[in-house]
Amino acid sequence: MGSAAATLKTTEDADTLVLTAAGEWLVASAADLDRRLRSLELPQRRQVTIDLAGIDRIDSAGAWLFLRTEQDLSARGNHVELRHLAPTFAPLFDQVRAGGALAPVSHPRPDHHSLVGFIARIGQITLGLFSRAVSLLGFFGLVALTAARLLRHPGRLRLTAMVSQMEQTGVNALAIVGMLSFLIGIVIAYQGADQLRRFGAEIYTVDLLAVGILRELGVLMTAIIIAGRSGSAFTAEIGTMRVNQEIDALQTLGLDPVEVLVMPRLLGLLLTLPMLTVYANLMGLLGGCLMAWAVLGITIPEFISELQYAVAPRTFWIGVFKAPFFAGIIAMIGCYEGFQVSRSAESVGRLTTLSVVESIFLVIVTDAIFSVVLSALRI
Amino acid sequence: MDGLPKEPIIRVRGLVNRFATETVHDGVDLDVFGGEVLGIVGGSGSGKSVLLNTIVGLNRPVKGDVEVFGTDVLAASETEQREIEKRWGVLFQDGALFSSLTVAQNIEVPLKEFYDMPQRLMDEIAALKLGLAGLPEDAGSKFPAQLSGGMRKRAGLARALALDPEIVFLDEPTAGLDPIAAGEFDDLIRDLKSSLGLTVFMVTHDLDSLFAICDRVAVLVDKKIRVGTLDQMLRDDHPWIRAYFHGPRGRAAQQAERPPSEEAGTPIAASTSG
Repeated sequence: MGSAAATLKTTEDADTLVLTAAGEWLVASAADLDRRLRSLELPQRRQVTIDLAGIDRIDSAGAWLFLRTEQDLSARGNHVELRHLAPTFAPLFDQVRAGGALAPVSHPRPDHHSLVGFIARIGQITLGLFSRAVSLLGFFGLVALTAARLLRHPGRLRLTAMVSQMEQTGVNALAIVGMLSFLIGIVIAYQGADQLRRFGAEIYTVDLLAVGILRELGVLMTAIIIAGRSGSAFTAEIGTMRVNQEIDALQTLGLDPVEVLVMPRLLGLLLTLPMLTVYANLMGLLGGCLMAWAVLGITIPEFISELQYAVAPRTFWIGVFKAPFFAGIIAMIGCYEGFQVSRSAESVGRLTTLSVVESIFLVIVTDAIFSVVLSALRI
Repeated sequence: MDGLPKEPIIRVRGLVNRFATETVHDGVDLDVFGGEVLGIVGGSGSGKSVLLNTIVGLNRPVKGDVEVFGTDVLAASETEQREIEKRWGVLFQDGALFSSLTVAQNIEVPLKEFYDMPQRLMDEIAALKLGLAGLPEDAGSKFPAQLSGGMRKRAGLARALALDPEIVFLDEPTAGLDPIAAGEFDDLIRDLKSSLGLTVFMVTHDLDSLFAICDRVAVLVDKKIRVGTLDQMLRDDHPWIRAYFHGPRGRAAQQAERPPSEEAGTPIAASTSG
């Protein structure tokens, strides 16, 4: 590589314009040659000769530059002649002539830059949301039907798969859920103590902590962690199976994908999330208890007696009661998005992200609805 | 095949590949010469794709030397590696097109990476490569997911040809294509080889491709390699090679490509020559 650089000379010869090309016309110098050819002042209705005698090496990009120049010249009414083309390069020129008749490719421009495009996009997104809601509802119905069938034939429940799902979503999440709940307990106790001390009401830190963790934060944090950890896994697992046509294979073998894939995940998470919530509550209270002792000097027996005084069992049960609802949301969205995967690997990633965002969003919306409803009912 | 330069473009010596306890290659030697079409065949799991991956640097062998264009790829610096990468193109089994880019943008990826070109010239070159690969004009603005399997392979070939490489590696280019599309792909490779002066390294299962376009054949058997012209391979008495070339499919492919006189004696050949 890198011997004779490509050269291009223009000479006037009687009434003929001669372009003399020499050297290596390769893709590496194509950008430079393209610029030089485009800056040439193209004549009109003349005799033009392109002399290729000095070409040492040429590839399809180089040949294209000559053929394009030839086309441009012909379009201006010139009579063009390619001369002294070495016979070894002739097949290349033929091939490029055959292939190069195409117009340069055009890149589709996104049309949402115009006002109409913008409005059309809003419409498309709205319609898309609507059809997704309908299809999600359809999926919900399908799962409900399958669940009803399982109630009639409990023997068809895949226990092994369910237990394995419970291990993955529950047991394997103990460390992260425990750690984060513990830290949340510490944060709430510390912030609460800081504020309440000004009123001399430090002891109410325990009330704040207990109500906050047991009723809201324990279950909410757990659900968010599990949505990120297991909801995404559901989508990715089922989605990959779709890409590999494993879902199609299940169907042709007479197995119901909802029964085989969705039910173990859904039932497993319905059982696991309440248990994880209880565990998260304990860890949160433990963190708060240690912090109260360190900052406020509230001893552990004092903490426990205040706890018993501060919270009715109802507070605890409200938190745990919400867990299966959140579990249902996470499992349904996770599985549903998995089934939405098309046969391209790219959609697995996109839908996994979407599944996490959607399930966290719906979990928080549901939690807000619970708050409003429960306060209206004065519970 | 006469007039081939004697200096090989690719030179593999004493290649050993082992995965866990499974030895795939145990002392493979191979030369690929400029301007030839070399077909790599072998049973499933004989390490055809592993050989290709080793040469293009996707797999590091346990032992052995791999030289491409005279550079030891296993010890090449990053600059040397880039210089080599400009001179080869790889077509993966299902095209391996970037799914988030259009076909034209896929072809422009290597042009953008290696050269500083105006967009207009890149669009022209992309259209040229589409044409060379036998794709229609509107394919350029489509996304890979919108193309059929055969078109994806052609688009992958167009991307492999983007930098006008001296050698292209094809991993089972005709697998999954219908016989007509496979035949067209063979013709395409042969045309491009003669017009662009390409060297082709082709992993294949397709006997028709072998007889139609390959100058030499390398067979991976018993963790080693045997290389020769088709005629030499047809005379080889290794049991696997005999079964491969002289099985019913091998004979059918030979009859399709060879002049009938060579097969004189068989009733079909006699009737077609008459």
